[in-house]
Amino acid sequence: MARTITYREAINEALAQEMERDESVIVMGEDNAGGEGSPGEMDAWGGVLGVTKGLYHRFPGRVLDTPISESAFVGAAIGAATAGMRPVAELMFVDFMGVCFDQIYNQAAKFRYMFGGKAVTPVVIRTMYGAGLRAAAQHSQCLYPLFTHIPGLKVVVPATPYDAKGLLTQAIRDDDPVIFFEHKALYDLAGPVPEEGYALPFGEANVVREGDDVTIVTLGRMVHTSLEAAQQLAGAGVHCEVVDLRTTSPLDEDTVLESVEATGRLVVVDEANPRCSVAADISALVARKAFGALRAPIEMVTAPHTPVPFAGTLEDRYVPDAQRVANAVKAVAEWAR
Amino acid sequence: MTETAERNALTREQLLSAYRMMRAIREFEERVHTEFATGEIPGFVHLYAGEEASAVGVCINLDDRDTIASTHRGHGHCIAKGVDVGEMMAEIYGRRTGSCHGKGGSMHIADLSKGMLGANGIVGGGPPLICGTALAAKIRGTRGVSVAFFGDGASNQGTTLEAMNLASVWNLPAIFVAENNGYAETTSSTWSVASDNIADRAAGFGMPGVIVDGFDFFAVHEAASEAITRARAGAGPTLLEMKFTRYFGHFEGDQQTYRAGEVEHARAELDCLKRFAARVTQTGELTRSGLDAIDAEVAATIDRAVAEAKAAPPPGEADLLTDVYVRY
Repeated sequence: MARTITYREAINEALAQEMERDESVIVMGEDNAGGEGSPGEMDAWGGVLGVTKGLYHRFPGRVLDTPISESAFVGAAIGAATAGMRPVAELMFVDFMGVCFDQIYNQAAKFRYMFGGKAVTPVVIRTMYGAGLRAAAQHSQCLYPLFTHIPGLKVVVPATPYDAKGLLTQAIRDDDPVIFFEHKALYDLAGPVPEEGYALPFGEANVVREGDDVTIVTLGRMVHTSLEAAQQLAGAGVHCEVVDLRTTSPLDEDTVLESVEATGRLVVVDEANPRCSVAADISALVARKAFGALRAPIEMVTAPHTPVPFAGTLEDRYVPDAQRVANAVKAVAEWAR
Repeated sequence: MTETAERNALTREQLLSAYRMMRAIREFEERVHTEFATGEIPGFVHLYAGEEASAVGVCINLDDRDTIASTHRGHGHCIAKGVDVGEMMAEIYGRRTGSCHGKGGSMHIADLSKGMLGANGIVGGGPPLICGTALAAKIRGTRGVSVAFFGDGASNQGTTLEAMNLASVWNLPAIFVAENNGYAETTSSTWSVASDNIADRAAGFGMPGVIVDGFDFFAVHEAASEAITRARAGAGPTLLEMKFTRYFGHFEGDQQTYRAGEVEHARAELDCLKRFAARVTQTGELTRSGLDAIDAEVAATIDRAVAEAKAAPPPGEADLLTDVYVRY
């Protein structure tokens, strides 16, 4: 039975339901119990933005507060995963990967291959990403391309409350290490989510709008920006097909290629910096495997190749908006040799 | 506890087992050293000879519930935790029959079924991981403990220091074993470690820190036994610092221009196997002929391991693409 809840609540619900279902699921992160030690504050914080709120008391001993010590607790989550637990660690901002990346890419990502298939590391690292909150250069980045580059990791970038719950459930049940990207500007987004638990498979993109003229491939928060642009363009007689990748590793190549085979035109919309990015990767994929179908050059709508600025006048220009997407779509739709 | 009382705490079987493991490590490493020089062993190899008392003195207190994480100098820890020496040798040769099917090599030998969470190519990689295995044991109530072996170089890594803090904050059954062999690659620990002793750092993390003569099996066993007993009882982590030296270079091929004379001195005067043998034969607990029989048996085992490794096939082409994911 679906009802309307937020992206934040959907994540919390997935954690709670999986913890109920499987005793090996544990949660750790900074400020999970924040306030506990302070007189007069009896409620655990549930992380800095309250995503795990309520779980600390509901699952005694299975929701761990941590020092600000990401190498230690992300590493501990990974170690616990090799010992049969299913830990979900919260890396508060993905920008902090720099202080714990070794444990993720040299340890978790490598164990299975390096040990000849004899290890499993079913860990989930939930992390917050993205610009739009005036949080500036060290708290706003979209770093999923860095993780997508690394064999052994799975990378999930949900756009809606429904996907957030289903993909996090799959992430927890999955036997490989998963990096789960939550856009900080989506936490209050509400949408229909079934009450019962469900898992959405990885590597299956979602065609969120059908259209014949131009394919827009996108992910995360940019799904909503792309849909807004597609809505505007429909009024002008340009019909976009919007493909939400949902996971960048594994990548659903087939859905992307099938759509471009049909439309002959591609715009990739990605909030990340453009170099060595998902946008560049999708563009290369289509150029290699659907070259014959292309009727116009591929366009990429991304952030500029700069750090994320602080001032609102700058940040608003940094994040791709519907107008930029619409302009790119019009350019490829009208392109003539 | 007096020396005699401590020695008496070990059964004859345990003494035999300890000697067999230390001898196996020494023989394994001496043999890899010789074979490496022929050019047949690929890659980077870091030998543990000289440090045997640490791995064995600690691991003889452990069982199947317990997990260890090791270092780039990991052969000794693997053998002490029960990893098959034939599979280890095959792995070092890059064979399909190796512990990791030839995909890991010397720096990544692992056997999770034995509680051996891997040698590790990253200095300071292991300590955070064993916080996790210790946490799993604590949550499940197995009374298992986890041990991170690391070197003097890793004692300066943030990962190690963070892991020690977390282990105390979470009151984990974790043991941190700093193997201070005097050099991080070529750099002396008397320069790179700002405190007088690595063990002194334990105070900063609210745990006991103990300095141990790393050449003395009995000293290691006593210190490790106490730390492990305390951890099993839920009384938290301990830092042990083994002081000793390694008999070979940082890696095979290292010309060791940064030191002179100390290895010869250690081999002649401090060697863990010689000291062990002298003590147990003096007390009459074991006989020289009994130890000689172990030496011969170990030598034959290592001979066989080398011969089998050389004869084993390398991984096939298809192995390149397998085992990246459980399911993708």
